[in-house]
Amino acid sequence: MSEMTRRLLRREMDQCRLCRIDVEHLGVVRDGQVLLSDVNLHIHCGELTALIGANGAGKTTLLRALLGQIEHTGSVHHVRGDGREVGAIRTGYVPQQLEFDRSSPVTVQDFLAAAMTRRPVFLGVSKKTRERITRALERTRSADLIRRPLGALSGGELQRVLLALALEPQPDLLILDEPVSGVDSNGLDDFYRIVSDLRRHQHLAILLVSHDLDVVRRYADRVVLVQGTVIAQGRPQAVFASEAFRQVFYSKEAVEE
Amino acid sequence: MNWVPFEWLQYSFMRNALMAMLMITPLFGMLGTMAVDNRMAFFSDALGHSALTGVALGVMLGARDQMVPMLCFGILWAVLITFVKHHSRMSADTIISVFSSTSIALGLVILARGGAFARYSGLLVGDILSIAPEELPLLLGVLVLTAAAWCVLFNPLLLTSVNLSLSQSRGIRARMTEYGFTVLVAVCVMVSIRWVGVMLINSLLILPAASARNVARSARSYLLVAVGISMSCGVLGLIVSYYINTSAGAAVVLICALVYFVTLPMRRR
Repeated sequence: MSEMTRRLLRREMDQCRLCRIDVEHLGVVRDGQVLLSDVNLHIHCGELTALIGANGAGKTTLLRALLGQIEHTGSVHHVRGDGREVGAIRTGYVPQQLEFDRSSPVTVQDFLAAAMTRRPVFLGVSKKTRERITRALERTRSADLIRRPLGALSGGELQRVLLALALEPQPDLLILDEPVSGVDSNGLDDFYRIVSDLRRHQHLAILLVSHDLDVVRRYADRVVLVQGTVIAQGRPQAVFASEAFRQVFYSKEAVEE
Repeated sequence: MNWVPFEWLQYSFMRNALMAMLMITPLFGMLGTMAVDNRMAFFSDALGHSALTGVALGVMLGARDQMVPMLCFGILWAVLITFVKHHSRMSADTIISVFSSTSIALGLVILARGGAFARYSGLLVGDILSIAPEELPLLLGVLVLTAAAWCVLFNPLLLTSVNLSLSQSRGIRARMTEYGFTVLVAVCVMVSIRWVGVMLINSLLILPAASARNVARSARSYLLVAVGISMSCGVLGLIVSYYINTSAGAAVVLICALVYFVTLPMRRR
């Protein structure tokens, strides 16, 4: 019994081995253009860190650099609770809902099975895989969507399916690229409530790119304001009250209205 | 036995053509699903055109068996188009069009030297009835290889067709997958171009998959229906072409097109 408890504990510690991601002096240059320079920030486990900024400020570029999809300078360290460094971490990614061919005959089950297993989907999905998919979908309250065509889902439903996939297998860092449009406010609330629960119960580090300051105010633990580099970061209230924030958002909103 | 619908089978060229058809059509039905999913209809068209250059190079090199130069050129061309597409800011259809026209022109220039093009004009429509029994094993080999490669490539291709950066975040090497797929299409195009023809080969790739999309509800049924449509249209087209004495390839494609239009109203949305 005690052996088992110990093993459980160890597994728990394994899961939370990552504590913090330190990004230091990160820069991205593309075609001679400096997209990001000297970005410094920490992403903590158990917290939701929101990246905000104007369009073209480099939020998505930063995301892609962290995902390892584009080259960058500077360093990204993954640090454990005891201060030691871990090598690779597992990253779950929920993309912005980009254009995809909605007429493609792919069900939610096909899509998740293709991502989770090597067995070609046209050979059918094994019972074991189906159970795994169901469990993953249950985590985001979307088990009822398993047989639906991917192209027939609403924006909110698709978000939840993508989240379920990002959480399977359990990542250390979850990166959410929020859709600019296509998800109604109910769907958005559902989605962020699930994300909030995850952060609390699974001790995930969550990085969110958001265009919706209301969402950020309600759900983020920390906010990073990006404009080619980090121009403000801290608790939401502090960042929202900063001069940098006022310059980026208020001057723009005033023009729009 | 004269009146039964199997009269056409008493000729060995028809039997050979049937065997060839039963191997070529599943190839294209299979590959077509992902060509359509990844919006590569135009790309595969360009590969079809490149076969003309492939044959031309084979003729120029005086190779007894033109298959090797054709395969080499097809693979090279497919890789080159994909490479330029990845490394250029120009839109994909412009790049593909440039490559497509280059290969047609190059092929024509070489084949038409000394006014000899008439000898090769058959390539444009192909002639499956002229296939010899000793040419069948190559098709079978390609079919087996493609099916094997398909088992590896299918899931990554499916995922990439939905979202590129998502697939990358799950460790899929999207570029390698794309190269693998294009090479596969190039090989299949080259081994069947003499039987199907430059002008028709792309239809054979796109039409069955497009029809299957009209009725399929899942990835599995998509593939099965595409292969099923492709094979049955192939056999039916062959028979029809025998009885009305016309080009088999064209008859097959015409029947495929018919199936597409018949299934079109069955779309759910």
